[in-house]
Amino acid sequence: MAKNTLYNKVWDLHKVATLPTGQDQIFIGLHLVHEVTTPQAFAAIRERKSKVGFPNRTFATEDHIIPTESQSHPYADAQAEQMAQALYKNVDEYGIRFFDTKSNKQGIVHVIGPELGLTRPGMTIACGDSHTSTHGAFGSLAFGIGTTEVGLVLETQTLPLSPMKVRRINVTGKLAKGVYAKDVVLKIINVLGVEGGIGFAYEFGGDVFDAMTMDERMTVCNMSIEGGARIGYVNPDQTTFDYINGREFAPKGDDFDKAVLYWKSIASGPDAEYDDVVTIDGSAIEPMVTWGVTPGQSVGVTQNLPQIETLSDSQRQTAKDAYTYMKLQPGAPIHGTKVDVVFIGSCTNSRLSDMREAAKFLQGKKINSAVKAIVVPGSQQVKKAAEAEGLDVIFRAAGAEWREAGCSMCLAMNPDRLIGDQVCASTSNRNFMGRQGSSTGRTLLMSPAMAAVAAIQGCVTDVREWV
Amino acid sequence: MSTGVIKTISGTGVPIVGNDIDTDRIIPARFLKEITFEKMGNYLFFDVRFDASGAANPHPLNDEKFKGASIAFVNKNFGCGSSREHAPQAIMRYGIQAIVGESFAEIFAGNCARIGVPVVTASAEIVEAIQARLDAEPRTPVTVNLETKELLVGSDRFPITLPDSRQKSFLNGSWNVLNLLKLNADKISEKDRTLSY
Repeated sequence: MAKNTLYNKVWDLHKVATLPTGQDQIFIGLHLVHEVTTPQAFAAIRERKSKVGFPNRTFATEDHIIPTESQSHPYADAQAEQMAQALYKNVDEYGIRFFDTKSNKQGIVHVIGPELGLTRPGMTIACGDSHTSTHGAFGSLAFGIGTTEVGLVLETQTLPLSPMKVRRINVTGKLAKGVYAKDVVLKIINVLGVEGGIGFAYEFGGDVFDAMTMDERMTVCNMSIEGGARIGYVNPDQTTFDYINGREFAPKGDDFDKAVLYWKSIASGPDAEYDDVVTIDGSAIEPMVTWGVTPGQSVGVTQNLPQIETLSDSQRQTAKDAYTYMKLQPGAPIHGTKVDVVFIGSCTNSRLSDMREAAKFLQGKKINSAVKAIVVPGSQQVKKAAEAEGLDVIFRAAGAEWREAGCSMCLAMNPDRLIGDQVCASTSNRNFMGRQGSSTGRTLLMSPAMAAVAAIQGCVTDVREWV
Repeated sequence: MSTGVIKTISGTGVPIVGNDIDTDRIIPARFLKEITFEKMGNYLFFDVRFDASGAANPHPLNDEKFKGASIAFVNKNFGCGSSREHAPQAIMRYGIQAIVGESFAEIFAGNCARIGVPVVTASAEIVEAIQARLDAEPRTPVTVNLETKELLVGSDRFPITLPDSRQKSFLNGSWNVLNLLKLNADKISEKDRTLSY
């Protein structure tokens, strides 16, 4: 097993006891809550006449079901309204801090945690959402849990867990212009497979990660789970500390300095030992686009879609099913694939830097008349900051819709969804069948810059020709 | 819903063939807007089982010959994607009591364990052979024995694997883990006080 990695150190610091099953009981330092995966957990606590053990360690927001055209109540969807009301009642009754739409701090849970300084290195973080791995960008052990586990955390602030193996993933060299964090993670998943990470925590490092901003590290860690790894993290460094400094919930003054000492102490040292090490040449990564129904089914934008016989036995049937569903042909170029909808948003790519990058390409341009494009900021704070820079004006002038903060068309639990078999160039994280709200809808995952040029051209386009 | 000790699960099996069957396919997101799990069994594999007009597609769960099956046989990376417990809840409430597969996504497997649905793994050869046999002989009796880590299909025995900690938790009934965690309330409070944040 791995030794002296951040994973091991943070695990040991949070271990409460060894359970009779042999699992460790791990303390969860930060618990994040949203409306979809928690009502049953609160209901169970109510039924047991129990209480939330450490309400000051749980924070809530509303993101999955919230409409993005207008956040005002009542929501047109009665079920969504009922779900929202259930959350309001639960946070109120159990004394949980809630970032609602009136707080100006509402947003996608994985965007607001870091933004508010709640997410910090050396923490254990759990949330009823698989993309909780995002918070690993700060050097925390952050992972998604189910609703029964949400209940365990609410009541005991702990979970029974078995340690994972740790795989170090080095991405070396320098990314080419027009190649982004999204391309890096799609490449990693392509190389290691969608199930390659089962049983592993991924530690990302190397020159490419050292040079990345926190937003970029979050994009990669966010999609660890798409590679099967429940946890992905980057060791904290000066970039991390600078990001946190001054944020609302960050320690201040001497406390900040003390915290930095702790944060440095939990990073993987030179004596770290890993269960596996993988190295990928970052300078060779192209802009990536998915063509199938798993995030591992991707190609570089200049590549052709794979022939079935070039794939391993276990990939073939999934690929055949994917080609049928996507109505694409093996051997065809991905470049030029027509798109009907462009979605820029989600916990993967809805931060200010993503908005800026998309706006850079849309400035002074018109999106293709056959394309519907929506831009959905990840939080109210991202929205405000983007508007202060005039990005909303750029998007609107280009013909895109500028929306309120939420998860939106990533999983289509709100009114934003594909119709029929529309093809969507999407900056989100999953291209599963039916994911974007139509059981025949088709998703092509890519970076915000690639999505922006696809919106202009009406088809998949190599953004490197535009930089 | 089971409570307590789970040693064996017996019944008939249903093969659900395919790698990377994700949680959106197991239960589409629109059904997650209900604030209870009660009706989730109705929505299992909904968009695969039914077309837009509501007509049934060919799918093992629509096939009369697998009616009443309580053990599902699946392939690689089953349950990948979202952490939605609605997926295992839908499977359990539909009537599936155990899942045998080549591999499982981690959050999904954990969620199954928490609600008392054992997921166990077997080699690709074994799973594929059993899937083919069930297709031909769907009434073959199947038993998952967690105690011996064996699968009994008709009169044939096959080895299965599951982590020791999970095996223990089913055999002694501690998979419903809340009370076990609460026993350490003092240590939890101490950790809360002594953590640096």
